[in-house]
Amino acid sequence: MQKVFPFFLEAAWITVLLSVLTTILGLILGAVGASARLSRFALIRFLGAAYVSVFRGTPALIQLFILYFGGPQIGIQLDAFQAGVIGLGINAGAYMTETMRGAIIAIDKGQIEAARTVGLSRFQTMRYVVLPQAMRLMIRPLGVNINAMIKATALVAAISVVELTYTAQRFIGSTYKPFEMFLIAGILYMIIIYITGQAVSWLDRKARIS
Amino acid sequence: MNDQGDHMTDQKPFVDIQHAQKSYGALEVLKDINLQVQKGQIVAIIGPSGSGKSTLLRAINDLDPLTGGEIWLEDKQINKNLPHRQYEKHINLVRQEIGMVFQHFNLFPHLTVRGNVTLAPKMLKGLSDADANKLAEEQLDKVGMLERIDYYPSQLSGGQKQRVAIARALAMNPKVMLFDEATSALDPELVEEVNLVMKKLAEEHMTMIIVTHEMSFAESVCDRVLFMDQGVVVEEGPPEVMFRNPKNDRTKEFLRKHLAGQHR
Ligand SMILES: Nc1ncnc2c1ncn2[C@@H]1O[C@H](COP(=O)(O)OP(=O)(O)O)[C@@H](O)[C@H]1O
Ligand SMILES: [Mg+2]
Repeated sequence: MQKVFPFFLEAAWITVLLSVLTTILGLILGAVGASARLSRFALIRFLGAAYVSVFRGTPALIQLFILYFGGPQIGIQLDAFQAGVIGLGINAGAYMTETMRGAIIAIDKGQIEAARTVGLSRFQTMRYVVLPQAMRLMIRPLGVNINAMIKATALVAAISVVELTYTAQRFIGSTYKPFEMFLIAGILYMIIIYITGQAVSWLDRKARIS
Repeated sequence: MNDQGDHMTDQKPFVDIQHAQKSYGALEVLKDINLQVQKGQIVAIIGPSGSGKSTLLRAINDLDPLTGGEIWLEDKQINKNLPHRQYEKHINLVRQEIGMVFQHFNLFPHLTVRGNVTLAPKMLKGLSDADANKLAEEQLDKVGMLERIDYYPSQLSGGQKQRVAIARALAMNPKVMLFDEATSALDPELVEEVNLVMKKLAEEHMTMIIVTHEMSFAESVCDRVLFMDQGVVVEEGPPEVMFRNPKNDRTKEFLRKHLAGQHR
């Protein structure tokens, strides 16, 4: 039993790494997606909406399979970890697009009007009036997105990334203890998610005070 | 009203609204409105809810663009036909010259009073922090809000918020001030402090267009009163005529109902 712990710790590290990179990619794509959804050009709005419907409307596992197994057929060669980060990041970006857009459109129209009437441009209004307020609103719901995404990292076991879920499965064969193996993985997931949740709450409180 | 008003009436209008027309789909909310305001003049717009007062006021700085007609500020047409990018540039400059005060204040809640007042001068006039602070202090002093300069809007009463909103508009040194029911959202005991600030602006000969439900205030500060109903200017004239001796039946009816309501 003890022999498996170092492997689990290493796997937990891979899960953390996956989560961090996927969050970063998701936030970037979410910001791009939300800008597209709010563009004044219909075509760009359509592209933003299409991105959201496609990636929220299909299983993340299928998206990963298409990228990892189907990718080489169209000239995209990725190792399993890269495919995991990119696949999950694009998926998370679709959810984050909607979260960010929701927070932005929740800002009172009167704020935009007040900013425009003193002569601020559309960009200045967004940058100095809307976004600072929307950021505060989006911290919690983005936390929910990140929570879902951390759990979704378990899917990359299916493309053989050696993260927590994969590691648990791998040691069932040698230990014959599926209950314990999955329990260890579950506890490690819980710790990662708990710490992330605390970090999000802290950020949220900090944003409210300032 | 004042001696200045009289000799100025034969000058070219400062704000000139010609044949303003506005439709939302099939609903025509402004029907061929004409309004000329001289420099330093104070015009009140009264009328029942839904008559188009806000729409007209908001057309002046293009928050609600007209579907027909022209609006001029001095020798510049405000609602010019220009390609999008050029129009944005043009309108951002025009808006710097027109201050607007809203019923619900619309202060920026994430900024202090100071931040609210200095944001536009810093961004648009390139003022240094020191100069912007000095400007904010002057404007806030004028509206009696200097002691609250480091407060957040959420820590202020409605009357205080509105006075800060006025200071924010004044900080851009506008040529005209527009007020859309600036005191309608206030508790009755807070109305006077805002009215006093507006009176002070009147004494400084600020050109103002004021949409209001407060007839006694309109009577005491305005040079001219317009009564609007269903998208048209039904009657206009000096306050003593409009409030004491209106000619149009709709004006009489509105004032009768309105004044009756106010006494309750
Ligand atoms: N965005 C809009 N879409 C459709 N109708 C509108 C819109 N804004 C205002 N209206 C209509 O225009 C009319 C005039 O409104 P408004 O100018 O706000 O009146 P007032 O300020 O005199 O109460 C009303 O009938 C209102 O319902
Ligand atoms: Mg109105």
